[in-house]
Amino acid sequence: MMITARSRAWIPHAILIAGLLIVLFPIYVAFVASSLDLSSILQAPMPLIPGRRLIQNYTEAISAGTAKTSGVSVARMMFNSLVMALVIAAGKIAISLPSAYAVVFFRFPLRKLAFWAIFVTLMLPVEVRIIPTYQIVSDMGLIDRYAGLSLPLIASATATLLFRQFFLTIPDELVEAAKIDGAGPLRFFIDTVIPLSATNIAALFVILFIFGWNQYLWPLLVTNTPSMTTIVIGIRQMIGNGDTQTEWQIVMATALLAIVPPVLVVLLMQRWFVKGLVESEK
Amino acid sequence: MDRRVVFSGWLLPVVLLLPQLAVTVIFFFWPAAQAIVQSVQGGDAFGLSTRFVGWDNFATVFADPNYVFAFAVTAFFSVAVAILALAPGLLLAVMADRVVKGATFYKTVLLLPYAIAPAIAGVLWMFIFNPSIGVVAAGLHRAGIDWNYLLNGKQAMLLVIAAAAWKQISYNFLFFLAGLQAIPASLLEASAIDGATPRRRFWTIVFPLLAPTSFFLIVVNIVYAFFDTFGVIHNVTQGGPDKATEILVYKVWYDGIVGLDLGGSAAQSVVLMAIVITLTAIQFRFIERRVHYA
Repeated sequence: MMITARSRAWIPHAILIAGLLIVLFPIYVAFVASSLDLSSILQAPMPLIPGRRLIQNYTEAISAGTAKTSGVSVARMMFNSLVMALVIAAGKIAISLPSAYAVVFFRFPLRKLAFWAIFVTLMLPVEVRIIPTYQIVSDMGLIDRYAGLSLPLIASATATLLFRQFFLTIPDELVEAAKIDGAGPLRFFIDTVIPLSATNIAALFVILFIFGWNQYLWPLLVTNTPSMTTIVIGIRQMIGNGDTQTEWQIVMATALLAIVPPVLVVLLMQRWFVKGLVESEK
Repeated sequence: MDRRVVFSGWLLPVVLLLPQLAVTVIFFFWPAAQAIVQSVQGGDAFGLSTRFVGWDNFATVFADPNYVFAFAVTAFFSVAVAILALAPGLLLAVMADRVVKGATFYKTVLLLPYAIAPAIAGVLWMFIFNPSIGVVAAGLHRAGIDWNYLLNGKQAMLLVIAAAAWKQISYNFLFFLAGLQAIPASLLEASAIDGATPRRRFWTIVFPLLAPTSFFLIVVNIVYAFFDTFGVIHNVTQGGPDKATEILVYKVWYDGIVGLDLGGSAAQSVVLMAIVITLTAIQFRFIERRVHYA
């Protein structure tokens, strides 16, 4: 046991509570604003106690959006974000499990080269090659399509590296046993390696889902049709540029709706998420 | 490191690799090569023809005082975001490591901003600091501070730094906490028996053992501030007022997409690539293989 002065035991709690307040305050204010009518928000400063229009505001946002979103509802935007996040998460996992398996469990010409080719993608986030990537996606006719939203973000090595690391820890005895039993490489991959990777897959899924859901620059570029807008982009469109009054109660309701899915994923899968995050960085 | 026991054959591994290699070539190598090609090309005013111009685009970019200014803005912004996200992250992790009661609760709440998009973090912060309706802005006005980040560049910078750092504290907190929990309790107990105060234990044992984690996080935070904060800037200030918060990524986007200056934007992309590669190389040089790019 560690010896700590009794009289000062409250200090960590005080600091942590201050931390919580800083984390929660902006979210709380957004929540309150999403329960008020616009005039209460505009009579600055707005009240800090929730109002009575919570359900009304959320219903309006979910079903209709605002005039500035060209009638696209937040439900539609959330659907777009969900598709994008799921395709990115599932797509990255689906292409990197087999590629990691290939580089770890086989010896073939140019294996090192293939590994490095995947590995260097770590270095160039989509932000630094946006315009050429945009041109390619545009040439392929994928603007305003889910494939265009997701595919370019699937090209990254994080998942491959994580799986490769895990595969290296699979005991040789398992591989030998499989060979003795007459199981081929594909059988071994499907029956042994994939089930063993379940925890890693879950952890990675959480991280990639959040990564996908929270994308900003790329969806901003490749979606022009209002009905393809993702929720994170949609909020931007709801905030006026001077000519019309921004409907802040709807903006804040939308902001909270945009936060809910990734927060839920983190909370429900906290154990895997923490493990996955810390381990994928090693 | 390689496995000792492997399967034979080359066709199956090639087939297994193909999907990822295809995606990587189409959406990674091809555009990266295009960026490099475009950075040495110039076009006519109508975009009908291109020709080789060598270093001209780079020369133009670096001769542009706005670009040099954006560089300075980015440097200041990234360092400030890194410090403001790292120091509280470390402090909170040390405290969370000490408490027993409520530890899970604190940890869960402190993790929340990780799930929030930088762009949304920007919207939340700009709402409370909005000069006409923000609750915090109202408090500042009452305290006699002339708060208007839409007009005052310094205040705009403070706001985007705060919003960007707020989102990143979670991440740092999580890694520092994992680092702290990996420190053997016996070391700390031995030191406590020798009579070292908690403060002394922190600076002589905990802090040095956290050095690899800290170094890794410094690089990750700078990369975050360089690239992932586009949404914060785009939502809160649009690079303004008067380019006071125009970071490099924002300028690449603005010059390329809004300004339609392909060559200039490509040259800027290539400069950014060089920066990321340098940062990643530094990271590798000092801490083996702890890289992050989801």
